Amino acid sequence: MEAFTRLTAVAAPFDRPNTDTDQITPGRFLTRWDADWAKVLFHDLRFDGNGAERPDFILNQAPFRDAKILVANVNFACGSSRESAVHALVAYGFRAVIAPSFGDIFFNNASKNGLLTFVQDTDTCDRLRQQLHANPGAEMSIDLEAQRYSGPDGAHYAFKVDSFRKYVLLNGLDDIDLTMQYEDKIAAHETALRTEIPWLSTKA
Amino acid sequence: MAAPRTMFEKIWDRACILTRDDGQSLLYVDRHLAHEGSGRGFARLRAEGRKLRRPDLTFGTADHYISTKGTTLDDIDDPDRRERVALCGPNAEEFGVTFFTLGDPRRGIVHVVGPEQGLTQPGLLIVCGDSHTSTHGALGAFAFGIGSTEHYHVMATQCLWQRKPKTMRITVDGALGFGVTAKDVILHIIGEIGAQGATGHVIEYAGSTIRTMSIEERLTVCNMSIEAGGRAGMIAPDDVTYDYLKGRPFAPQGADWDKALAFWKTLPTDDGATFDREVTIDAADIAPTVTWGTSPEDALPVTGAIPDPAGVADAGKRAALKNTIDYMGLRPGAPLGDLTVDGVFIGSCTNGRLSDLRAAAAVVKGRKAATFAMVVPGSGQVKAQAEAEGLDRVFTEAGFEWREAGCSMCCGFNGDIGKPQERWASTSNRNFVGRQGPGVRTHLMSAAMAAAAAVTGKFTDVRTLEEKT
Repeated sequence: MEAFTRLTAVAAPFDRPNTDTDQITPGRFLTRWDADWAKVLFHDLRFDGNGAERPDFILNQAPFRDAKILVANVNFACGSSRESAVHALVAYGFRAVIAPSFGDIFFNNASKNGLLTFVQDTDTCDRLRQQLHANPGAEMSIDLEAQRYSGPDGAHYAFKVDSFRKYVLLNGLDDIDLTMQYEDKIAAHETALRTEIPWLSTKA
Repeated sequence: MAAPRTMFEKIWDRACILTRDDGQSLLYVDRHLAHEGSGRGFARLRAEGRKLRRPDLTFGTADHYISTKGTTLDDIDDPDRRERVALCGPNAEEFGVTFFTLGDPRRGIVHVVGPEQGLTQPGLLIVCGDSHTSTHGALGAFAFGIGSTEHYHVMATQCLWQRKPKTMRITVDGALGFGVTAKDVILHIIGEIGAQGATGHVIEYAGSTIRTMSIEERLTVCNMSIEAGGRAGMIAPDDVTYDYLKGRPFAPQGADWDKALAFWKTLPTDDGATFDREVTIDAADIAPTVTWGTSPEDALPVTGAIPDPAGVADAGKRAALKNTIDYMGLRPGAPLGDLTVDGVFIGSCTNGRLSDLRAAAAVVKGRKAATFAMVVPGSGQVKAQAEAEGLDRVFTEAGFEWREAGCSMCCGFNGDIGKPQERWASTSNRNFVGRQGPGVRTHLMSAAMAAAAAVTGKFTDVRTLEEKT
């Protein structure tokens, strides 16, 4: 997993509210794990029924094609738990998504794949998106260590991030090794569980 | 005396191994549910030389990618889908997991099979790589969906890092009107609180309306918690729960049953425990409900009318509403009852259980399908029980297709999808753009309402079709 430290990149505004993960990676593309995820991203919003680009879709407009930061709307990536939604954003080149709120499962999945997600209030997100529409190709900068970012107009903002998530992102860590540092405690819990709930086995 | 706790907090506290100073808790998973999507996790275990830590706490069933037209691998046309299903058996054998693969008469949708087999029990922490894992909370479990990385983490460690969510109680009181079902209750709730109304929260459903529901009805309510953004939904166990579980294959037996019962009775929320949010709903306000748009929050009584963007002041919201209305091919202000349907899907982890099929069959009996309609039982057991009652003949004699158990058109992963611009009445849980096929217009409703749409060819208030008893 690629670590996230600092990023200065083109940001794209994504206005659609309640964008579910079916929009990010439609179900019919989920038959293979090695799909071309960059191509699948927002597939039916990006391409028409003949596979041609829809010119009005934001990522089909020249200044936004190379965006690495997405400023989204409320309840971004709600719905299905499919982690392909994160894989597709990362494969396309996105490193960060800012929104007023996220689907809980997507939010958890994101940091496992080096995608920074953080919440900003609705007014701030609305303003950022308006500024990005008005200045296509404008860049934003994010400093995860300092938990600061700058908008397209250079204004500075702070953001909150879970310290565990921050640690994992900054270091590009895999949780499993971290978890197994607590092996003694896990084993003790398992021993107690065998007495507390002895009927758990799924073996027929 | 200890401070009063909610049911969620009791389960959380029991499953919590440790909480770090940064607020992250390491939770132990009592039940890990798998499906064809788990193949990647098994492959990764193999590649990284790791063991599946607790095969005895893992259970799987094939549901997402199977064909509903037959029970063999050959019925699956697409080679990629076929491979996903084909890997289930060998993976289960290699890693020692009980897994209901193709051909097993108990196979079905994981959220139908779990409760049906007695694997879903009060007080357990249950996870699955599927967002509708919230379903299992109907029996008093804390159950939630996870992504593939977390799924793999559970495979390797049987644990999961989580930050404690907030709590929310939704109390529904009163008697439901004639023709109003559990599906209408949850669609109404989502319409009231919104698609992100419960984001970051675990919902406990309470109140007399919930108490008088059967387990199958409670499963329908908890299933769609995720559609309100909820991390999970749950309902306190009671005699209805215990009666449901007793004698099921994986339920505790003998002395274990008595011990389990004593444990389960400690679970309900203590008097005086507080929730971060409280919502109250009057059952009398709930009518047979249909979604008109592309978010489950776009729910209205079937007697309602399509919203008009002209009446929306905020420009962004007006544009979003217009997009939705364009996609759905609707006329602002038109009555919902005027809409004709091109297809009907009855099934899914929301409404694919025996009671749903009975409710649909009661409407269909003696009538004919006016449009394409398919019934997909939630599990092989549901299918067998329905056939024993003759429900399959009610459907097939009316011209409905009677299929094999699976997720089918709810998510369309198996290729069961509609055609562009078709309007579908669906008993599933998501009306998202393209969910049931590119350009398909999905309207969510109860099994009885979907059956009514099938036999009339348009949205029909089931109360005008069913005879009052």
